[in-house]
Amino acid sequence: MRWTRTLLLGLIAGLVIAPHAASAQSRAETLVVVTEVGPNMLDIHAPGANRPSYQAAWNIYDRLITFGSKTLKDGSKMYDYASLKPELAESWQLAPDGMSVTFKLRKDAKFHDGSPVTANDVKWSFDRAVTVGGFPTFQMKAGSLEKPEQFEAVDDYTFRVKFIRKDKLSMPDLGVPVAAVINSKLAKQHATQQDPWAVEWVKQNDAGGGAYRIESWKPGQETIYARFEDWKSGPMPKIRRVIVREIPSAGTRRAMLEKGDADISFDLPPKDFAEIAKEDKLKVTGIPIENSHRYLGMNVVKPPFNNVKVRQAVAYVLPYEKIFSTAFFGRGIILPTPVATNTFGYDPKLYPYKMGDTAKAKQLMAEAGYPGGFETPFYMDAGRTTTDEPAAVLIQEALNQIGIKTTIEKVPAANWRANQGKKEMPLFVDQFGGWLNYPEYFFFWNYHGQNATFNVSSYVNPEMDKWIDSARFETDQKKYAEDVREMQKVAMRDVPRLPFVQLYLDVAMQKNVVGYQYWFHIQLDFRQLAKS
Amino acid sequence: MRRSFLRLVSRRLAAAAPGLAGVVVVTFCLMRALPGDPAAYFAGNAATKEAIEQVRVKLGLDKSLPEQFVSYVRDLARANLGQSVTTGQPVRAEMLARLPASLELTLTALLLAVAVALPAGVLAATRPGSWVDQAVRVLTTAGVSLPTFFTGILLVYVFYYLLGWAPPPTGRLDSLFPTPPRVTGFYLADSLIARDFETFRACLRQLALPAVTMALFVMAPLARMTRASMLGVLGSDFIRTARASGLSSRTVLWTYGFRNAMLPVVTTLGMILSFMLGANVLVEKVFAWPGIGSFALESLLASDYAPVQGFILIMATLYVLLNLAIDILYGIIDPRVRIEA
Repeated sequence: MRWTRTLLLGLIAGLVIAPHAASAQSRAETLVVVTEVGPNMLDIHAPGANRPSYQAAWNIYDRLITFGSKTLKDGSKMYDYASLKPELAESWQLAPDGMSVTFKLRKDAKFHDGSPVTANDVKWSFDRAVTVGGFPTFQMKAGSLEKPEQFEAVDDYTFRVKFIRKDKLSMPDLGVPVAAVINSKLAKQHATQQDPWAVEWVKQNDAGGGAYRIESWKPGQETIYARFEDWKSGPMPKIRRVIVREIPSAGTRRAMLEKGDADISFDLPPKDFAEIAKEDKLKVTGIPIENSHRYLGMNVVKPPFNNVKVRQAVAYVLPYEKIFSTAFFGRGIILPTPVATNTFGYDPKLYPYKMGDTAKAKQLMAEAGYPGGFETPFYMDAGRTTTDEPAAVLIQEALNQIGIKTTIEKVPAANWRANQGKKEMPLFVDQFGGWLNYPEYFFFWNYHGQNATFNVSSYVNPEMDKWIDSARFETDQKKYAEDVREMQKVAMRDVPRLPFVQLYLDVAMQKNVVGYQYWFHIQLDFRQLAKS
Repeated sequence: MRRSFLRLVSRRLAAAAPGLAGVVVVTFCLMRALPGDPAAYFAGNAATKEAIEQVRVKLGLDKSLPEQFVSYVRDLARANLGQSVTTGQPVRAEMLARLPASLELTLTALLLAVAVALPAGVLAATRPGSWVDQAVRVLTTAGVSLPTFFTGILLVYVFYYLLGWAPPPTGRLDSLFPTPPRVTGFYLADSLIARDFETFRACLRQLALPAVTMALFVMAPLARMTRASMLGVLGSDFIRTARASGLSSRTVLWTYGFRNAMLPVVTTLGMILSFMLGANVLVEKVFAWPGIGSFALESLLASDYAPVQGFILIMATLYVLLNLAIDILYGIIDPRVRIEA
């Protein structure tokens, strides 16, 4: 058994002797990010690109324009959707008739391979976004950017977008991750007959000109970004190197933060954020996620929830406070009305019910013809069990008081989207968040009679559509405010859903990490970060 | 002799072919019978019905099942396992990168388990009912009754968080170290081949905790099987004869007893190895180990057909090879055993 002894000794020796030499590298200009899942693609136009790939796209590509930033009351910083700032474009001019905009590109901008950024690259990239189909095409459409004919490279450094209608979302839509400017000369070298937009190549490679370039990428393990020293579209970022490690276990991510082996982390359970915020080792910044809410949904076309009185009865007993403190550990804001707290038109006074009025709820149930209640399955996304399961249990308990007996069904995350599309779930917990911070944009996806996937309740009401359609293109502020108020009133009267919380985007970081800024895509922008 | 051996091996492999073909058909059908719509999943957040349909066409899921199957088999024939939509990578590349990671972890853990469990089992068998026997029983029972994710988290907590002896559980190798040039795909072996001892030690440190976690779990069946089998052999006639003939107790125990007790242990070993390869998902999760188990599970949750099919096919092939290897090992341990198809 001598070999076993040698092996064991070897293992123990390997464990105890720490390799000091290699870890001596300076950490001051390196940022270590830990995350549950990393990017699956580097090209946001590729089908199946996951959320973390928005982060990759955001940091390795530039856009024509970007958003300014504002400081909130508590000192935290967030992007400002109301102010557009130059990125690749130095300036822009709206045509007098308001039907086109002309951008002047900066002449010194380069891609990571050293070639200049020209208007042809912008045109190619936008043509690609509106043609490849799927998510990028529909995101462009949200800003009325639909056809390649709308984009014109006037000369190398002048680029024009023609509008097909006046849409206030057109300009901000040019600042979202989908509107990235791709190195078209490089990409075209890898285009094939079946793949004219070189999606296969761009999704695996860096074809950008953004502030960071990909140094190495091991999908499922680690992405390393290096600062692009020739970047001209803004002040040079402080962090030279960013290592994004994929650590599937939340406990490990927290341990690494506390041990100082990681600098910053999103996605921990709210309980951890609440605890970390109380301890003094790290700092936590929580900013309410714009234009989003988590809600209890009810199917309005199938009995028993097709009866509005049943849905209103649920409103009377929904335990808002308890859900907020027990399931979400206070990491958010109680939100009883559809429009989020930091979106135009937020008004909790529009909530017409008295919370916790069980007697009234019972009376409504009786009026609806269910004095003895009924039984129903109650669906939730198994991908969000950390928060949604305790929430569902509390709701189950509350509904029990008025005779609604629920069985909780956990749907695997992959099937959730399909379930949303089928619109057969009678009762469910779900969420939605919109990139563009406009209430009518949210309503358009969630409450409009177009019956998009996210209108999971199948709610169709011409009265509601009228307000939404009018708000979309309304230019008079006063009338616009009225549209938004009416939208919410109808939503609260018909209750196809009951919003209950607007969550924080929480991030935990070392105390020496400064400059963190919230972005609408809820991913990390490395450019503002620094270590003090 | 050698020729007949080779013929037997090739006959065994040929006999496995229909089984593998069956696996291909069954996994293909099973994946499509599962609820869930990959097109809806991969269409992303703000997807409309048209967006979902566009993704469906892109994934080739708009075609009929027989058509999909034919193109799948055609790709297989070219050793193309398809594309993973979740990771955006070709499945073959993913498997080639992840299989060595899983194998390295599993084999190290198995080696560790064998190194501890076999002597422990033999020791327990030679002194049944003694305190040694009891201690081995307690240890192995504890090992098998603690779920691996719990042992894993416990080890991380103690050795990384509290004591700081272990490196952060971030997978196979810290990015400060260069990945050793690929020869075998096993980092330990590759770093030794490259004579990069610093990297070797770093790999070993990363490997230690997950390997111990898995070893603890599989030690129990090995030790129990060794003990039972040894007890049986030690009580048999030929051992009594050997003892009566005055052979040293060492020769009796190892040369006659242990060798004969090995057959059932090797069988158990084979079963454990194949079980470990697929079932170490939780260990992979806790230690961020880029193995095939967690990859297959995530793909399954996302209804990502190609990687799951590839995973099952590769596992089936591995099982076939493993069983063959074990049968050959039988022949070496006990020449009376014949490898028959």
